[in-house]
Amino acid sequence: MADTAMKSTAMKSVGGVLARQGILVAFVVFMVAFALWNPRFIDIDNVFGVIRSSAILGIMALGVTFVVIGGNLDLSVGSMLSFSAIVVLDLHENPAFGPALAIPAMYAMTLALGAINGFLIGYLRLNSLIVTLGMLSAIHGLTLTYSGGQNMDIANQNYTWFGVFGRGSALGIPIPVLVFLGLAAVLGMILAKTPFGRKVYAVGGNGTAATFSGIPRARVVFATYLISAFCVATAGLIQASRTMGAQNTVGQGLELEVLAAVILGGASLLGGSGTIFKTVIGVLILGFIQNGLLLAGLEFYVQFVVTWIIIILAVWLDIATKRGKLWSPIA
Amino acid sequence: MTDQTAALRLEGIVKTFPGVRALDGVSFSVMPGEVHALMGENGAGKSTLMKVLGGIYQPDAGRIFIEERETVMRGPLEAKAEGVMFIHQELSLAEELSVAENVYLGELPRKSFGRVDWATLHARTDAILEKLRVRFDARTRVGELSIANRQMVEIARALTVDAKAVIFDEPTASLTDAEKVVLFDVIADLRAQGVGIVYISHRMEEIFRMTDRISVLRDGSYRGTVETAATDEDEITRMMIGRSLDLSRNRDPMEVGPVALRAEGLSCGHLFQEASFEVHEGEVLGFYGLVGAGRTEIAETLFGLRTPTAGRIFLKGEEVTLSSPIEAIARGISLVPESRKEQGLVLGMNCRDNMTLPQVGDLTAGPFVSDGAEISIYDQYRDRLAIKSPSWRTPVANLSGGNQQKIVIGKWLSMRPEVLIVDEPTRGIDVGSKSEIHNLLRELAKQGYAVIVISSEMPEVLHVSDRIVAMYSGRIMREFTAAEVTEDTLIQAISGISGQAA
Amino acid sequence: MNDERLKTLLKGSAIWGFILLELVFFEVVGRTLSLSDNAFVDPDNMLLLLKQAAPLGIIAVGMTVVMINGNIDLSVGATYALAGIVMLDSMSWPMMEAMGAGAIPLAWGLALLTGCTLGLINGMIVWKTGVDAFIVTLGAMLGFRGLVFMYNGEQPTSHLDWTMVDIAEAGILGVQTPALVFLAVVLIVWLVMTRTVHGRNAYAIGDNREAAVNAGLRVGPHILINFVLIGFLAALSAVVFYSASGSVNPNDGMLFELWVITAVVLGGTKLTGGRGSVIGTLGGVLAIQLLRMGLGHIGAQTETVNLVIGTILIVVLFLDRQLNRKGAEELKI
Repeated sequence: MADTAMKSTAMKSVGGVLARQGILVAFVVFMVAFALWNPRFIDIDNVFGVIRSSAILGIMALGVTFVVIGGNLDLSVGSMLSFSAIVVLDLHENPAFGPALAIPAMYAMTLALGAINGFLIGYLRLNSLIVTLGMLSAIHGLTLTYSGGQNMDIANQNYTWFGVFGRGSALGIPIPVLVFLGLAAVLGMILAKTPFGRKVYAVGGNGTAATFSGIPRARVVFATYLISAFCVATAGLIQASRTMGAQNTVGQGLELEVLAAVILGGASLLGGSGTIFKTVIGVLILGFIQNGLLLAGLEFYVQFVVTWIIIILAVWLDIATKRGKLWSPIA
Repeated sequence: MTDQTAALRLEGIVKTFPGVRALDGVSFSVMPGEVHALMGENGAGKSTLMKVLGGIYQPDAGRIFIEERETVMRGPLEAKAEGVMFIHQELSLAEELSVAENVYLGELPRKSFGRVDWATLHARTDAILEKLRVRFDARTRVGELSIANRQMVEIARALTVDAKAVIFDEPTASLTDAEKVVLFDVIADLRAQGVGIVYISHRMEEIFRMTDRISVLRDGSYRGTVETAATDEDEITRMMIGRSLDLSRNRDPMEVGPVALRAEGLSCGHLFQEASFEVHEGEVLGFYGLVGAGRTEIAETLFGLRTPTAGRIFLKGEEVTLSSPIEAIARGISLVPESRKEQGLVLGMNCRDNMTLPQVGDLTAGPFVSDGAEISIYDQYRDRLAIKSPSWRTPVANLSGGNQQKIVIGKWLSMRPEVLIVDEPTRGIDVGSKSEIHNLLRELAKQGYAVIVISSEMPEVLHVSDRIVAMYSGRIMREFTAAEVTEDTLIQAISGISGQAA
Repeated sequence: MNDERLKTLLKGSAIWGFILLELVFFEVVGRTLSLSDNAFVDPDNMLLLLKQAAPLGIIAVGMTVVMINGNIDLSVGATYALAGIVMLDSMSWPMMEAMGAGAIPLAWGLALLTGCTLGLINGMIVWKTGVDAFIVTLGAMLGFRGLVFMYNGEQPTSHLDWTMVDIAEAGILGVQTPALVFLAVVLIVWLVMTRTVHGRNAYAIGDNREAAVNAGLRVGPHILINFVLIGFLAALSAVVFYSASGSVNPNDGMLFELWVITAVVLGGTKLTGGRGSVIGTLGGVLAIQLLRMGLGHIGAQTETVNLVIGTILIVVLFLDRQLNRKGAEELKI
């Protein structure tokens, strides 16, 4: 009896590993195929180019990974990105602030928005989908009110060091890439190795059991939204710095693309599963698909269709392995 | 009765899940007009058997006959079409819909354009409700009904078709005495109409009052069928739990230490009122009472999960307020909760991480969780509690119920609590683990822990407790010592028969 | 029980109370501050309100059904755009041009067929793979948008047919076609949800899916039908809107899903399924549209609309939770 149990557990985990790494395998196959077809694809400049163009989405996805593992959603990150970009640009132009003060002020304001999310969802226990949907709308309104509907631009682009975050590079590596990968390493360690990370998994996996184990559920959820807001602020800074100007709608629609990357990485919307590493893979898959399709001479929007198919296949494969059946049993 | 055609007959039913042989060759039959009790402990396989009968699970082997016609049940609809009806213990009603819509769920009468034929629906439903003598009508929204009345809606469902066999799964769990009388009348009516009835219950009194024959399951295997008139409770108990389980009364001499925890007039709204009790170091205090008597709620209050509306709690003589589990844990109170899967474990997490969850914040090396510290705690309690798991990396979801329960107990023992509260310590686990856990609880008391055990199983309470508190309807009715308690006085106390004597 | 009834009544009529409040507020503020020369509550204004609410409202009705059923559809905006493109583009096919005015119903039919097909795709995936509808339609939101772009690149698709515009802007007793279609959809779907077997089963499945399966309901095909319905309604919304406007931008309909869900939730439908009503959704849609018009009426910046609606959504959620609390005896989990 125990023997059968072990055997089937073993088989299950082999299948699970295959399914979980399936996305990685698909990624590698895709890369190799494209590299054979066009060597420029894996050219180091092209690779950095892809990572750089994925950096903003990727940094946001890191934060959202915490929220999703904690069992919630964050649909407000797109609006929040617009907000932080507009705010930092506006304060940069404000003589009372200047770049050195504009950046911490923008971080503080964005974190305050994250704290509102965290308070409503963590402490008041309101549904995260609706709260962050409301916040999406409210923050968008806030941004428009703040900017009076105008786009923000830095007037004298030559007289500021502000561009360094989006345009600069160190050791030959673009700053956005460094920030993305550095943040991924730090947040990955926090999630995988610290007590806080463990608590995030517990709260998302079974919030009731976490409470019964003395874990401060509300505080943990609150913290995931602060992390999400921190990542958005960082992404907003890079966005604003790269373009030295921004529209009110710069982040519009990003919330769902970010979520797609996180899900593609294998995090479950039910919470309790996913890793930072997998999210990075999810982000890179999206980035390289886009790049590969562009190199193949296809228009950018073809990637939308490809992404659609990949997301559904990835999630389907995952749950099919878990239930041991390809097709859903519902009649 | 054997010369008749059986209404329902099962032959050698086998059902295996990964790691568990849930049913191992179960056979029994129900005659038309017979009330046949199906008994067994939690986890004995009753619910799996019912799911096989209902077409929700397909058996790996074995055959099902209805009126001696072999039948394959592929789904709930087929079971219904064959005339096999279920009255589920876990209510499966849609709360926003009306009583009538729930009773005829899946087969609402139609008019043209797919419209619901409300007149027919309400007339038919009201006719059934009249038989059940309930006080609500077909149009009532189910969400407005009490739990007992919802149970009556479940029963009404079974009366919508010409059933050949009706299966009642713990139907009286939430009924008042008056409602039980109605239920028994309904069963008598069905029996008079020649319907075969399977009656699943733990309550011996009902079984002996209602049924013709009794079949017993243990650990997924069939233990035989006896005529109700020709047997007694002892025989049934032996069949159910086997001789291997020592449930002798606890006669250890008491050598108790000082009072560890004392409650004075503790109340929480209408859940429980004026509960006063104390538990000493080195003893097991048992809480016994029916489901809903307020036992679990007291435990949750002691663990900081509920705010008492009145009363005081003392730990080692010092008054405390416990406003969250975090505070309770810090004060040395631990709770092994009633529902292992919902409250006790994060099922997707591995064994080690579940066990160290409450103290993971302290097991650090620098900012990171120390792997070594965690594994050493896990290894220590795996050995001490004899947990059988392939590795600490195994998700707890893959363990048996008994081993899962040991993980939860290990989780709290490793916190070295002053007071250990265990709610339903052996619900749904196998006999072997059961007796291990009983021994462990006794052992812990000997080592000086103050242990509170809450249980719905009388033999268990009698076996492990030094003193027993009997609860009825939110109140402590009586307190017994192990020496003075008898089954009769205990049953009287939890049925609200004896006078107030807290 | 009385208390329970009162709460139900409160929750059921809250959105209408809110609408009344909005009407009074904008009327009074508009007058006292003399920010506007015109009355706010006036028949023409109210008819305009209905007309402007129609595109989102028609989709919101479909979303109500899908959400009562326990699912969600994030792809409605892209479905809307694609149906609009198919309709306008098909009008310029040589075959269709040759048909003259006879091509109009055919173009509408093609648009509706597009919507149904996209809904069918979503529904089939949800049914057969068992992947959560949120993820399926999140993917479809991207995928369908890709199809929109693939149809005509980043160029707008235009075709102005005056007969079509006339039909779209015709009306009975001053009520224009979009408003009529909206009200008709509300009425029909309301009847379906309250009077038919399909509608009642939708509630049952959303409320307690396991019970529905146990009772032998065929949950898969049922869900499929509702996805086809919302696809159809998203396309119908496109037909109503683009017949008049005559031009589709490939970015049209973006964020529709979020607005629609906001309206449906304001109308009292639960994300968890089993509860909600089409009439409530009508209220939710009107409340949002009133807010937009009203803020314009009193001269507030239109930008504040988003801020106000987002805040209201959260406040409503909070109040709903407070009404459902069990009080001091609650388990603190």
